[in-house]
Amino acid sequence: MATTAELKDLCTQVRRDILRMVHAVQSGHPGGSLGCTEFFVALYKEIMHHNPAKFEMDGINEDVFILSNGHISPVYYSVLARTGYFPVEELKTFRKINSRLQGHPTTHEGLPGVRIASGSLGQGLSVAIGAALAKKLNSDNRLIYSLHGDGEIQEGQIWEAAMYAGSKGVDNIIATIDANGRQIDGDTDHVMPLGDIGKKFEVFGWDILKINDGNNIEEVISVLKEAKNHTGKGKPVLIVMKTEMGAGVDFMMGTHKWHGSAPNDEQLQKALAQLPETLGDY
Amino acid sequence: MAEQIKLTSMRNAYGDTLARLGEKYKNIVVLDADLAKSTQTIRFGKKFPERFFDMGIAEQDMMGTAAGLAACGMNPFTSTFAMFGSGRCWEQIRNSIAYPNLPVKIVVTHAGVSVGADGPTHQACEDMSILRAIPNMKVVSPADSVETERLIEFLADYYDSPVYVRLARMNTPVIFDNSYKFEFAKGFVIKEGSDITLVSTGIMLFKVLEAYETLKGKGINAEVIHMPTIKPLDKNILIKSAKKTGKIITIEEHTIIGGLGSAVAEAVSENFPCYVVRLGVGDLFAESGEPEDLFNKYHLNVEAIINKVLELLKKK
Repeated sequence: MATTAELKDLCTQVRRDILRMVHAVQSGHPGGSLGCTEFFVALYKEIMHHNPAKFEMDGINEDVFILSNGHISPVYYSVLARTGYFPVEELKTFRKINSRLQGHPTTHEGLPGVRIASGSLGQGLSVAIGAALAKKLNSDNRLIYSLHGDGEIQEGQIWEAAMYAGSKGVDNIIATIDANGRQIDGDTDHVMPLGDIGKKFEVFGWDILKINDGNNIEEVISVLKEAKNHTGKGKPVLIVMKTEMGAGVDFMMGTHKWHGSAPNDEQLQKALAQLPETLGDY
Repeated sequence: MAEQIKLTSMRNAYGDTLARLGEKYKNIVVLDADLAKSTQTIRFGKKFPERFFDMGIAEQDMMGTAAGLAACGMNPFTSTFAMFGSGRCWEQIRNSIAYPNLPVKIVVTHAGVSVGADGPTHQACEDMSILRAIPNMKVVSPADSVETERLIEFLADYYDSPVYVRLARMNTPVIFDNSYKFEFAKGFVIKEGSDITLVSTGIMLFKVLEAYETLKGKGINAEVIHMPTIKPLDKNILIKSAKKTGKIITIEEHTIIGGLGSAVAEAVSENFPCYVVRLGVGDLFAESGEPEDLFNKYHLNVEAIINKVLELLKKK
């Protein structure tokens, strides 16, 4: 178990990675990546039973994570690398030619840690439920974790999947919604108001938990641990996690502007100045 | 060749074969979208309820769930009607299944105009085109229930890629006997000939064989090639035949845009350019009706094949 200070240091380093990755290629999605940093660090360092040293595609006897909102690949890649799935150095190839680190994650390049292609929004919950069904068929008691954007749940397929898992009692999955309230065209409240996400899933048969501050690592860990106790009770588990898009960089917060734009040289320096190097840049 | 015309159901063959193979292959899981009694996956579902998932009327979710099952080591077969199993969830098939190259078998029924009375909303005539365009995806259209059974036996132990299989709703003539050996990605010369090459896929083979006999009576010696797998396409068998006859007619119960005819034209034009004339559903929506009436109206009958042959043979 890492100390809270160690986890916070890792979060800071991951944020540096995210910014440097998208800056280097002048594309990618820093906003949601920064907002979900604590979630990824908590999941991969404190919550999941997994084996980075020996990655097996089928994930049998391990907890499996499915990223549905694949555009936040920078935080995913950084945390995978920094938990030992592949060399941290490889982060410099992000989105470049001949890289395993595609703009949106996929498996065909053989990148350890990635089990599914994602990024076309709305598809990951179905995949996660399929993975959960496979675990049940294999009498494998490990869990499936998934992450989805809040804007993403505007896709109809999410509700097909939600209806299936709720009505059939797929209770070995913990899905989390990154409720940052923003999407590409603006605030979700303006583009397509989502209402009470938890209540919507609740009437579809899900057990709902909340993270009030998804950028507070202690709260994220505590609710994820609590969520484990809610599995195996006949209902799929959903965590509605409030986060701040762009968290950790003052000028990237409070706006949807950094959803899919990279900082320029000056902006990068300004951002990195707020995030002192902790574990060493790649 | 079977000696007399016997009509059987490809769908029943599919359901029965799955149910039989379920014993041996404990990793087979079957998903359907509220059409299990039509696609006949119910036959598997009754025998192995714990490995059968009725996903409700939700094809996109079904394909995604199959992807998750395959990613975690299961061997999923997904079924619905061709219309909904190709078009409704095309992007889920592309991004969740084909891109990570997961071995999901998508076996659809009710393909083509022979769906009949349900009309064009349910007559999938574009499915092979749009599935063929997806990288990693393989596309197979068997001719009868015997070939369907052999194909499903092969797919039960095939893990190299996703595969799309299209079956008909209607009962179809049995063409192959039980000694038939299916080979994936291979075409089959059913009749050797030297005047013209007739290439078909799926249930059109029966019409082609009827046309072959009529043509023989007129002194025309056609070569008949059955092409169950349209992707990957057996180019060699086509080139070899093209070199012999120099004239090819393709016949498919599918739009002529992008299906078998297009695939054959692509292969031939790049290797041994010659006439390739495509018979199939035109650039149109068909209509409700009995399958045979539709075949007759939309040029998928013996007469249409013969007329095309005579027309093409006049060309130098």
